[in-house]
Formats: sequence, C-alpha cells, structure tokens
Amino acid sequence: MAFAIQIANLEKKYPTTHALRGVSLSVEEGEFFGLLGPNGAGKTTLISILAGLTRPTGGSASVMGHDVVTDYRNARRNLGVVPQEIVFDPFFSVRETLRLQSGYFGYRKNDAWIDELLERLHLADKANANMRQLSGGMKRRVLVAQALVHRPPVIVLDEPTAGVDVELRQTLWQFIQELNRQGHTIVLTTHYLEEAETLCGRIAMLKSGQIVALDSTKNLLAGFSEKYLRLTLGSNRLPAQFNVQIIANTGNQYTLALQDFTEVEPVLAAIRESNVPILEMEVVQPDLEEVFVKIMAGQ
Amino acid sequence: MKKIAYDQQWSAMSGFSMLLYKELLRFWKVAFQTIAGPVLTTVLYLVVFAHVLAGRVEVFPGVSYTAFLVPGLVMMSSLQNAFANSSSSLIQSKITGNIIFVLLPPLGAWEFFGAYLLAAIVRGVVVGIGVYLAGLILTAVPMAKPLWVVIFAILGSGILGNLGIIAGIWAEKFDQMAAFQSFIIMPLTFLSGVFYSIHSLPPFWLWLSHANPIFYLIDGFRYGFFAHSDVDPWLSLAIATISFLALSFVVLTMLHRGYKLRH
Repeated sequence: MAFAIQIANLEKKYPTTHALRGVSLSVEEGEFFGLLGPNGAGKTTLISILAGLTRPTGGSASVMGHDVVTDYRNARRNLGVVPQEIVFDPFFSVRETLRLQSGYFGYRKNDAWIDELLERLHLADKANANMRQLSGGMKRRVLVAQALVHRPPVIVLDEPTAGVDVELRQTLWQFIQELNRQGHTIVLTTHYLEEAETLCGRIAMLKSGQIVALDSTKNLLAGFSEKYLRLTLGSNRLPAQFNVQIIANTGNQYTLALQDFTEVEPVLAAIRESNVPILEMEVVQPDLEEVFVKIMAGQ
Repeated sequence: MKKIAYDQQWSAMSGFSMLLYKELLRFWKVAFQTIAGPVLTTVLYLVVFAHVLAGRVEVFPGVSYTAFLVPGLVMMSSLQNAFANSSSSLIQSKITGNIIFVLLPPLGAWEFFGAYLLAAIVRGVVVGIGVYLAGLILTAVPMAKPLWVVIFAILGSGILGNLGIIAGIWAEKFDQMAAFQSFIIMPLTFLSGVFYSIHSLPPFWLWLSHANPIFYLIDGFRYGFFAHSDVDPWLSLAIATISFLALSFVVLTMLHRGYKLRH
C-alpha cells in the first residue's frame, strides 16, 4: 500500500512545552483523513512539521515517500497547505499572488490552471483586485487556491472553513471532494466536527501531543459511544428490569442506554406487556462530537 | 479538470527567479517611496553641503568639494537602500505572516539567499545611479576607473543587503529593526568618510574610521571616480570582499539552520 503521509515517533519539544509526544500514523494515498483535537493538542505543530515550517526534535515524517527534512524539496512539491491564519501579501493582486506561488514551486505558464482555480473558488471576478480589497472569506479562498496552485497530490487543510459562510463552505467542500475523488489525499483539521464526520473516512484524535484515537469514522462512531432510546410513556412505570439502563429520567420521560439497536425491540415488548402506552419514541445515534468529547474526557 | 501532476517538469531555478522577481516587483511597485524618495533626500544633502562648503574645502587635489561629495553620497544611498530592501521585506513578511508563502515551497537556502540579496543589490544600485545622475546636473564628476565603481557598488550593496537579511531574520518587532538601523547602520555610514577625508580627523576618530568596514567601501568607490583614495584601494577591495563573503556565510548558515524562520 502506498502512503501519502507516514509519521513515526514524531517528537517536538519547545523550551517550555512538549508539543508532540511520539506520534505515529500513516495516511494512505487517496484518503480523506481528519485530524481532530482541542486547541493546543499539537495538530498545527504536526502540520507545520509536514510542511517544513517546524523541525522535529525526534522521529520522522514523509510525504509521498519523501522525508520532510532530508528530502524536503520533493516532500514540499507533493504537499499543498492551507494555513490556519489568514495571511496575504498586500503588494499583489489575486492573480499575481497565484502566479508567484506557482513560480516558487517551479511552475511557470500555469494560467490555465490558475483560471480554473479562480473559477471553482468563485474568485474569477476578483482576479485583478488587490488582496487588501478582499473580504476575510475571499482571502481564505485565495489561500486555498495558493495551496492547490502546484497541483499537489497531498493537500492539508488547517481549519479551512473558519469564517467562511455556509454557501461558500459547501462550494469549497464540493471542490475538495472532487479533488479527493480524482486521487488527491486530503488531510483536514477542523473544529466543525459535523464536517469531519461527513467528509473523513478515517480520523485521528490528538490530545496533549499524543494520539488518543485512530480509526475509521464508522468504527469510532460505532465503538466509542452507546446508542440511546428516548421514551415518553403514558405513565411513569417503566418495567423494573430496565432500571440499570436509565441514564436520564424526568417524570414519564426516560432515556435508556443501549449497546446495540437489537435491544430496542425487547424493551418495547416488555413495556407493551406491562400495559404502559408509549406516547413518543426516539432512537438517538451518537455523533462525532459526542465521541470526541468522551475520548477527550478520557472515557 | 486536469489529472494530478505528479510528473510535471519542475526546476529550482524557476523558483529562485520567481522569488527574485517578487522581491524586485515589491519595491518597483512603490518606486516613488523606494527609489525617488531616497534620491531626492540624498540630492538635498548634496545641494546644501555643496552650497555651504564649495570653494572652502578641497579634499583631493584638483577635485571640487561638490564633486568629492557625489560618490560618497551615491555609495551611502546605495548602502542604506540595499539594507532597507532586504530588511523591510523580511520583517514585514514575518510580522504579517506572509513569510509562509516563501517557506512552504521547495526553495533551498541558496535560492532564498540569492533572491533577497540580488534584489537588495539591484535597489541599491538603481538608487545610486539616480543620485549620480542628479549629481551630474550640479557638477561634473569624472569616472576614472569605471570597473572599480561597478565592483564597489555591487560589493557594498551586497554587504548591506546581507546585513539587511540578518537583521530581517533576527528582528521580531519593527522597533528592533529601527534600533538596528539607527544604532548600527546609520552611524557606520555617516562615520565612513562620506562628507570628508578621514585624514582631516583627530587621531581617535581616524582610528575608529579605519575600524569601520563601510569606510573602505566609500574610499574604494571614490577611487573609481578620482583615481585617488585615503588608503590603498586594493586593501579596500580585500576588506570589502572578505566582509561580503563572511556575511554571506553567516546568512547561509542562518538559512540552512532555519534560524528564527523554521522553529
């Protein structure tokens, strides 16, 4: 299996903090991979090491098989990074910014691709506007275009949708998903967990510089959280055998924990047998946010 | 949509030339501020000093004070602008965060060094040419040894361009940069014999001037115009070359290590 990113025992110590504590993970080519964690977990440090902005104090990292320290030119050629902070060079227009960035990567005469990027990111009418004249959301889309201008096989997006409105967020994700379908590997960090849940096939969760969960999104959702059955009964007489499953109870409203959805039917049958009418019923699926909160709380 | 370009032709030379182009474009876009302004300031020095001292001072035999002053001011403006170019570009990029755009691409230390240094030299030389042309309106300034003029213009701008890169990488705030400029660059350029021959100085100041590498740049540069200098021009050339190489080594070492750029 070819790996887009391979990280082994990666360490980063700053004078006062230990940002990464032996992180190891691999991302296969063509994956849509999520990197989640609270602020200060080490996500940006990890991305910075991949991008060559930060040097590791131990371990190794490679992009498309190229070590980010010893073979940095090839590693960086294969990587496009959308940084978290909105930054721009006020001396240049949008098109100049993209031409320069393309040229830094050694690609001249790249205007056809630049035009396509501008079109896809809804920036075509701003191509000749100075960067200072753009709104925050537009500047962020220029950052996305800059990351893609050399058509890297691996694309890292560090909080790309912060401050971008809903419609443009959808446009951006459609574009990124299309790139992913074409074979680009995508690594995403975001605080919008519903985005990660929808988009990412696999997720790593970082906490205090260590990986605390690494699995497919499906397995994380299935394995790290219980399902719930919320019932509103005609009276407050829930059969006693289910008392141990109660996690919330207000009057005639009960929330029961389930290990599996197959447990739903026995519960309903027992209630029917005890002649208690069921007024409302809701089966609650866990979401990634819940999984995230539990993992971060150490459960 | 195109396929993923794993195999697209790529060259490091192109990355270097694009970074150089960006650095040139950066000052050219605000040429009024980066070229016209410094030329005007320097010409004002020339007009005032020449008016006050012309006819009263003859530093080199047969050379008017105004003519003597022109090469010194040309060199001083070149040096200050070469420093300003690389230092301001780097500190602005660092503080606004857009330095990331040149740190993410596959540019090595040599390309980074070459692009910032060459842009600084070009700005220094362009401003110097502007001051020289303006000086010619006021007085005739012969150029006895043009090759010496060219070599010292490039070496001088290169030395200060290197110092600008060092200061730009080192400084974390604009006031640190201002301190570097006010307390190191300005005294060194003013106490370098721009306005006088150091032989007219008291012994202590004469000794201090000899310890100032910029004195040799001004003196060697002036030799190119008048074939007359305070010290042996070959000594000036040697000191300028060694200073340039030493500073280039320092800059390249900083860039290789990622000092204050790649944490």
